[in-house]
Amino acid sequence: MIYLDNNATTALHPAVLKEMLPFLTVQQGNPASNHTFGRNAHTAIEEAREKVAASVNAHPSQVIFTSSGTESNNTIINGIAKAYPDSHFGFSSIEHPCISEPIKSLANQGFKVSEIPVDSNGIFNVSNISSETKQSLSFLSVMMANNETGVIQNIAEIADWARENKIQFHTDAVQALGKIKVDFEALDIDAMTISSHKIYGPQGIAALIVNKKIDLFPYMQGGGQEKGLRSGTENIAAIIGFGKACERSSQNRVIFRENIDFLRLTLEKALVDLGAVIFCEKSHRLSNTTFFSFKNIDGSTLLTALDRKGFAIASGSACSSNSTEPSHVLLSMGVDLDLAQGALRVSLGVESTENEINDFMVTLKDEVNRLKQLTAVAA
Amino acid sequence: MKNKLHDMPIYMDYSSTTPVDPRVAEKMIPYITEDFGNPASRSHPYGWTAEKAVEDARKEVALLVNADPREIIWTSGATESNNLAIKGASNFYSKKGKHIITLATEHKAVIDAVRECERMGYEATYMEPEPNGLLDIEKFKSTIRPDTVLVSVMFVNNEIGVIQDIITIGNICRENKIIFHVDAAQATGKVKIDLETLPVDLMSFSAHKTYGPKGVGALYVRRKPRIRIEPQMHGGGHERGMRSGTLATHQIVGMGEAFKIAREEMDEENTRIKNLQAKLLKGLTEIDETYVNGDLDKRVPHNLNISFNYVEGESLIMAIKGIAVSSGSACTSASLEPSYVLRALGRSDELAHSSIRFSIGRFTTESDVEFTIALLKEKIDRLRDLSPLWEMFQDGVDLEKVEWAEH
Amino acid sequence: MAYSDKVLDHYENPRNVGSFDKSDANVGTGMVGAPACGDVMKLQIKMGENGIIEDAKFKTYGCGSAIASSSLVTEMLKGRTLDEAQAIKNTSIVEELALPPVKIHCSVLAEDAIKAAVADLKSKQK
Repeated sequence: MIYLDNNATTALHPAVLKEMLPFLTVQQGNPASNHTFGRNAHTAIEEAREKVAASVNAHPSQVIFTSSGTESNNTIINGIAKAYPDSHFGFSSIEHPCISEPIKSLANQGFKVSEIPVDSNGIFNVSNISSETKQSLSFLSVMMANNETGVIQNIAEIADWARENKIQFHTDAVQALGKIKVDFEALDIDAMTISSHKIYGPQGIAALIVNKKIDLFPYMQGGGQEKGLRSGTENIAAIIGFGKACERSSQNRVIFRENIDFLRLTLEKALVDLGAVIFCEKSHRLSNTTFFSFKNIDGSTLLTALDRKGFAIASGSACSSNSTEPSHVLLSMGVDLDLAQGALRVSLGVESTENEINDFMVTLKDEVNRLKQLTAVAA
Repeated sequence: MKNKLHDMPIYMDYSSTTPVDPRVAEKMIPYITEDFGNPASRSHPYGWTAEKAVEDARKEVALLVNADPREIIWTSGATESNNLAIKGASNFYSKKGKHIITLATEHKAVIDAVRECERMGYEATYMEPEPNGLLDIEKFKSTIRPDTVLVSVMFVNNEIGVIQDIITIGNICRENKIIFHVDAAQATGKVKIDLETLPVDLMSFSAHKTYGPKGVGALYVRRKPRIRIEPQMHGGGHERGMRSGTLATHQIVGMGEAFKIAREEMDEENTRIKNLQAKLLKGLTEIDETYVNGDLDKRVPHNLNISFNYVEGESLIMAIKGIAVSSGSACTSASLEPSYVLRALGRSDELAHSSIRFSIGRFTTESDVEFTIALLKEKIDRLRDLSPLWEMFQDGVDLEKVEWAEH
Repeated sequence: MAYSDKVLDHYENPRNVGSFDKSDANVGTGMVGAPACGDVMKLQIKMGENGIIEDAKFKTYGCGSAIASSSLVTEMLKGRTLDEAQAIKNTSIVEELALPPVKIHCSVLAEDAIKAAVADLKSKQK
C-alpha cells in the first residue's frame, strides 16, 4: 500500500515514538499531583510546551494543549463568543467544518455571522468582504493553508488589515505547520491552531496558540489545567510526542521545499498530460498537495479502483469523506458541480518517493483509460 | 510499585492516575506505528483498519458496563464527558426547567460545569452529603423541584472512595422525569456497572483511571429511552454529530483494552485489593487519633482516606516522601486549601488538612503496604513529638477550650 | 513546594525539640498561632544566672517552614539577653532560611513566639 493521504493524517515518526514510549509504559503521575511522579510529568509537559512554542515562534505561555484541531477551533470561537457577547464572526468559505460549524451554530444563538467567499483561485482577499460586513466585523478566521486545495493564503496581509480594523484574527495553521514557515510573533495575530497528527506526531493532541491580550472563556470547566483555559488531565504521552514532532518540523519543511515540491510538479505535469484539471493550479500552494479531477470520470469509482491497486488517496477532507457531497471548497470557488464531484486529492508526505509517484501514475493512467472506455461504451 | 531505576517513591496514588497496563501499551503501539490511519478516512484501508480498531474498542467499553456500543461516545477524557453531559443535556432539555442538582463532593469537572450552567441562567443546588460521604435519599427527594432538569451524582468519590446508591437515586430521577448523569471515572473496574438495569441516562468514563492512557474517555448516552444532548464541539460530525474531532486511534484502542482487562480481571483483582486495604487500614488505625474519612462499607477497596490528628498536613506530606500519595484531590493539591470534599463531610479544617488519601491498585504489593504502614507510624510519631497540640492532648488539655492567639 | 536546603535540614534534624517546666520561674513560654490556621508554635526560653538565655526549646504544629523557623530561632536565642532576643526580626529568619513569599508568615509567627516567651519571662521575674 502506498500512502498518499498525508493531509488526513501522517505516520508517526520513529523518533517521536521513541520519546513517547516511556510515557506510555513506565509509571507516570498525574501532572497535578504534588509528588515526584506528578512533578516529573509536569516538567516533561513544560519542556514539550517549549518545543511546540519554538516551532511557531510563540511564547510557551501562549500554548494551550487541546485534544484536537477541532477542539482548538471550537475553543477559540466559543471562547470569544462568551468573552465578547457582541462579536460578529467572519470566516472564509473554505474553512474546515470545525471552524464553520461552530460559527454557524453561534448564529442560532443570535450572533452575527458572515461567510466570506474566496475567488476562483481559492484565494481569500479582504476586498471580498462586503462593506456592510466590514462595519461590524469583530472576529475573522482564515486558514493558513487549505487542506483540500493546498492554497496558501497571504495571512500576513490579512492579519495586518484585521489589526488596522481592530478585528480579532485567528488562523487555522494545521496544514501549514511543518510545510511552510509559521511565525506567530511576526504575524502578530491573536490566535492560531496547530495539530500534532498532521506533522508526524500522535493523534489526540493539538494546541491553540493565544495572544494573552485576548480574553478567552474556557470551553471545558474542571481541574483548571492549562491555566484554567483547558481543564482535564493532560495527555502526557501525546504532548511529549507533539513536542518532538514540532521540534522536527523545521527539518520537514526543508524536505518539502527541496524534494517534495519537485515530486508534486512531476505528478501534476503527468496528470495534466492525462487530461486532469488541477484545482488552483496557478495559486501559491503547499508543496505536497494536488487536488484534481477528470471531466466525465466518476471520482469515487476511480478512488475505489486506485485503492484496490494499493494507493491510498482521498476525495476531499477526511472528516467529511463518509458523505458523498462534493467539496464545499471547490463549490465556493465556483467550480462546476460535475467537476467538483470527481475531485481527488493526493497529499504527499516527507517519505514520498519518485518511484511511488511513477507507480501511481502508471496505475492511474490504466484506470483512467479503462474508465474512459467504459464511459464511451455506455455513451 | 517501586521504580527502582529512578529510585522513585512507592506509588499509592492510583485515584489520581494509574500506570498504563503493559498489555494495554502493547496493544496501542501498532496503532501509532504501522496502522496510523485517520478513522474518518473512508477511501483506503489505513482508514478502515483504524475505524475497525475504534469500533472494537467501543464494544469493549460497552461490554464492561453492559451497554450497546452505539451508546458510547468517545471524548478526550472524563472532564470533557462531564462537561458534554451536563451542558449538553441541560441545554437540550431546558424547556423542562433550569434547575440542576449535584453533590458538593463531586469532582471539579462536574462542579465547574454546573457553575458554568449557572452563569447561563440555570439554578443549581449543591447538596451536602452525610458525614459518611453518602447522599441522604430523603433529603435528595425534598431537593427535587418541578423544574429540576438534571441530576449529576458521581458513582465513586475520587477522594474518599464512597459508592453512592445510584439505583435508588436513578429511580427517583426516573419518577420525576429528570435526566440523570453519573460520573463513573473512579468506578470502572472497581464496581460492577450494568447499564441495562441501572436507571442512568448519561455516564462519564475515563481511561487513565483504569490502567489506560491519558487523553481519552467516553460518554454513555442512553438510546432506550433515547437521551439527547446538544453537542459542545462542532466540526466534522464525528461520533454521530455529538462530538467532533479526529479520534486518536491508539488511545481509543488503549481504552478498549484497558476496559477489557478490567472486565476480565475485576473480581479477582478486587479480592486481592480488598485484602491489601484491610491490612493498610488495620496498620494505620493502630496509630492513635486517626479518623477514616468516608463510609468504610460502601466504599471501593482501592481507597483509604485517613486524617491524622495533631499533625499538620503539609509537614506530613513532606515527611512521607517515600510514598506518592495525595492530600485531597490531585487537581487541587497545588493549593493550600483544605479539601472541599472533607469539609463538606463536616471535618474540621485541622483534620481536613492532615488527611492523606492512600489509593492502591493493580500493581500494589503487600510489601508496599507494609512499607507504608511502617513509614506512617515512624513519621507520625516524630511529628507528634514536635507537636505542641499532641503534648497538650496528652496532658488532657481540651484544645477546643484553649484561647488561641490567632494571627 | 520547593524548600531550601536549610529548611530541609532544620525540618529533618530539628534542634532543641522539647519542653521545660512551665512553672519554673526562669522559664518563659510563648505559644502563638492556632490549629485552624495550620500552625501553632510553642517556644520556651530558660534564663541563666547572668541574665543571658542559656537554653531554648520548641514544639511546632505546622508546615516544614514553620518547624524550620522555630528550630532556627532556638539556636539564635541561646547566649542572648532578653533585649537582644526581642530585637530578632522575622526578616533575618526569612533570609537565613530563604523562605519563599508564601511562607513568610512562618517567620512572623516565630518572631511573635519570641516576643511572647520574653514577655512571659519578664512578667514572672517582676
